[in-house]
Amino acid sequence: MEVVFLTFILVLSIFLGFELISKVPATLHTPLMSGANAISGITLAGAFLSAGAVGNEAAVILGTAAVTFATINVAGGYLVTDRMLGMFKSKTGGGK
Amino acid sequence: MNIELAANFSYILSAGLFIFGLKMLGSPATARRGNLLSSLGMLIAVVAGLTASGIVSYEYIIGGVILGSIIGALAARLVAMTSMPEMVALFNGSGGVASLLVGWATLYLAGNDTATAVLSTVGPATGISTFKAFTAVLAILIGGVTFTGSLIAYGKLSETIGSAAVVFTGQRLVNSLILAGLIGSGVMFCQQPAVDSQWLYIVLGLSLVLGVMVVIPIGGADMPVVISLLNSYSGIAACAAGFAINNNILIVAGSLVGAAGIILTNIMCKAMNRSLANVLFSGFGAVKQGKAIEGEVNPISVEDAYYILEAANNVCFVPGYGMAVAQAQHVVKELGEILEENGCEVSYAIHPVAGRMPGHMNVLLAEADVPYEQLVEMDDINPRIENVDVAIVIGANDVVNPSAREDEDSPIWGMPIINVDQARTVFILKRSMASGFSGVDNPLFFGENSRMLFGDAKVSISGVIAEFS
Repeated sequence: MEVVFLTFILVLSIFLGFELISKVPATLHTPLMSGANAISGITLAGAFLSAGAVGNEAAVILGTAAVTFATINVAGGYLVTDRMLGMFKSKTGGGK
Repeated sequence: MNIELAANFSYILSAGLFIFGLKMLGSPATARRGNLLSSLGMLIAVVAGLTASGIVSYEYIIGGVILGSIIGALAARLVAMTSMPEMVALFNGSGGVASLLVGWATLYLAGNDTATAVLSTVGPATGISTFKAFTAVLAILIGGVTFTGSLIAYGKLSETIGSAAVVFTGQRLVNSLILAGLIGSGVMFCQQPAVDSQWLYIVLGLSLVLGVMVVIPIGGADMPVVISLLNSYSGIAACAAGFAINNNILIVAGSLVGAAGIILTNIMCKAMNRSLANVLFSGFGAVKQGKAIEGEVNPISVEDAYYILEAANNVCFVPGYGMAVAQAQHVVKELGEILEENGCEVSYAIHPVAGRMPGHMNVLLAEADVPYEQLVEMDDINPRIENVDVAIVIGANDVVNPSAREDEDSPIWGMPIINVDQARTVFILKRSMASGFSGVDNPLFFGENSRMLFGDAKVSISGVIAEFS
């Protein structure tokens, strides 16, 4: 049943993703992409398990590398998106 | 309370934050807060991930997080706005390789894991269930393609390697063979999953090769499609890794990103009137050439350009990749302001595939403090382009090429364009005209109402600004 359950989540999330994104205006395509890119660094949450499995050398090495790369993705992705969005200004009021 | 249950509830919370964050990214007014919400969701997910049972020691985790944060933060702070496409490609690649590594590492952990071993047939003596083996292979495959594909995209975008399409005879055959080899060895591995299986290494190697092979035939102008597609892949890879380690939040977040990437890819393809297959499998340079155009261009001096602009009531800038190369966005904005003070209506018309990534021009103009209300999309400007006194094309070519409307033999036939040729006057800022007029396949340059302003875009515009003062 677990597989069915996971697939359920998968299918619903894909539909949700389509609904959410199809309304984004072209102006925001780059921040949207880099923001979404940062979310794909979610692998980080899964990488801990391997990096912390001390005693299992291979898993620790692979896991630590995964943690590092995923953190680059997450930290870099969010910061760069924020930096970009900080530049989008309205004519009436500055900022945000 | 059971800590695992708590972690799972936190995952629901962070999934909600991702969804709201993405929704708020849909409007410039809320986008920044949306990104903050999404990063808060990430923080919650990460903390919850730290509580997973099976983590014995935290030293390597902390080391990896610190190292990654430093690299990521430095890269995000230091990158120039014009280099944004290649930066995004690199981040994408690191997400891809992380999923690959998680998929791979999970095979080493499989012995300790009972959750998935129960639900599927257990492979002989290794403790790796077929389901786990299958999902791990998927994570490795998609992660690997994303990784090397993004590196090649980075190389092309930063011009470290040539940005032209690399096409050779038998390319499709080679790619099909690689793909077949991948599927074959993946199946072999799943039948007898073991961490030291040779099939695993073959899958690993071939997926890295495939990533290179799928991106090299794609030329520079098609990069917006590739970047969006790779973005989608990185999400799908995270999703596959989520299946491999049985983690809901990876699946939810991964598929949200996957869907987002596919939508963007689709928008980009539509904006070029080409199918995804056409972008991926045919190097753009290889397609047939349109009619050669002959005629004479009308050059214009900076001084004359000033007189025309001085009298104009409605000016529309049409930027392209050339504006990024010339770093001209700040002077463009300055000229825009001067024109506005002069009582002129100013807008910036942006084609969906202008530049090297979706929304590239918008980011550059935002950097130069152009308010987003002045940025208009192609479909908004075209109906009123006839009211535009002067359209100023800066480093754009294909996206304003009337051949797309008029010449059925043109490689870009059918692509929606910004109809600047229907404006009263068109200024085209261009470095130089290629020697010999024939073969230049943009009839816009030869139009009655077209004026060529030769030279570096930044220098030309600065010149016009100087005339105003």
